[in-house]
Amino acid sequence: MNEAQPMRTLMRHVRGLGPARSGTYHFWYQRVTSVAGIPLTIGLLLIIIALLGRTHAAVVQILGSPIVAIIMLLFIINIAYHMWIGMQEIILDYVHDDKWKLLSLMANTFFVFGVALASVYALLKLSFGV
Amino acid sequence: MAEFETGMTTRAARSRPISPHLQIYKPTLTMMMSIVHRITGIALYFGMLLFAWWLLAAASGANAYANVEWFMGSFIGRLVLFGYTWALLHHMLGGIRHLIWDTIHGFEPVERELLTLATLIGSVTLTLIFWVVGYLVMGGPR
Repeated sequence: MNEAQPMRTLMRHVRGLGPARSGTYHFWYQRVTSVAGIPLTIGLLLIIIALLGRTHAAVVQILGSPIVAIIMLLFIINIAYHMWIGMQEIILDYVHDDKWKLLSLMANTFFVFGVALASVYALLKLSFGV
Repeated sequence: MAEFETGMTTRAARSRPISPHLQIYKPTLTMMMSIVHRITGIALYFGMLLFAWWLLAAASGANAYANVEWFMGSFIGRLVLFGYTWALLHHMLGGIRHLIWDTIHGFEPVERELLTLATLIGSVTLTLIFWVVGYLVMGGPR
């Protein structure tokens, strides 16, 4: 065993102050969702072009078709995660007061879940009818 | 000994000078586009409410959808959607620029200026193309 390398985990690592191998988690997922967001955004724009000027009945039919619905669902889920990380980054940069920081981080989570769930619900309802 | 470090050691260093911020530097294109990337991100974030409203209305029925169509077809609605299209495309191209930078390429003075200029010109061009195609699909402005 290496004498210079104690078996105990350093206290600062436990507290998340040092290289606990978790610091790049959000950085990485912001990149993953960025890359996924490129084809999905192009897909969304093409779908919107296809829907322009159509009647409600036609819009419902197109949005409810499998390929379109799946692209839209992937778009909203991917973008929700991207939005959540991005807004958290902004809050941590500018809001320094602990109370407001916690409240805005919480509001960020509520907002993202609300928007994402509403969109997903609407898409599923369009897909499965009722 | 590192194991016994506590928060106490940092307490004495609280009133250190802070680093200079935006207002002290001469504005550059890359710096402006960095700020714009963040602002478009914030705008897109709140703009997703429109996206959710549109989908919910479509799922709710013809009357609800007519309300969305009325708003999006109005002058204000079109202005918001035009801005939203640009923000989306600009944020996407800016994101691609950042992904290129993540690979440690494109940092030379000329390269980074070109990349930044390309995102700006690209986003404006793509937005105009999208809207021209959109109007063509709908058979001209209604």
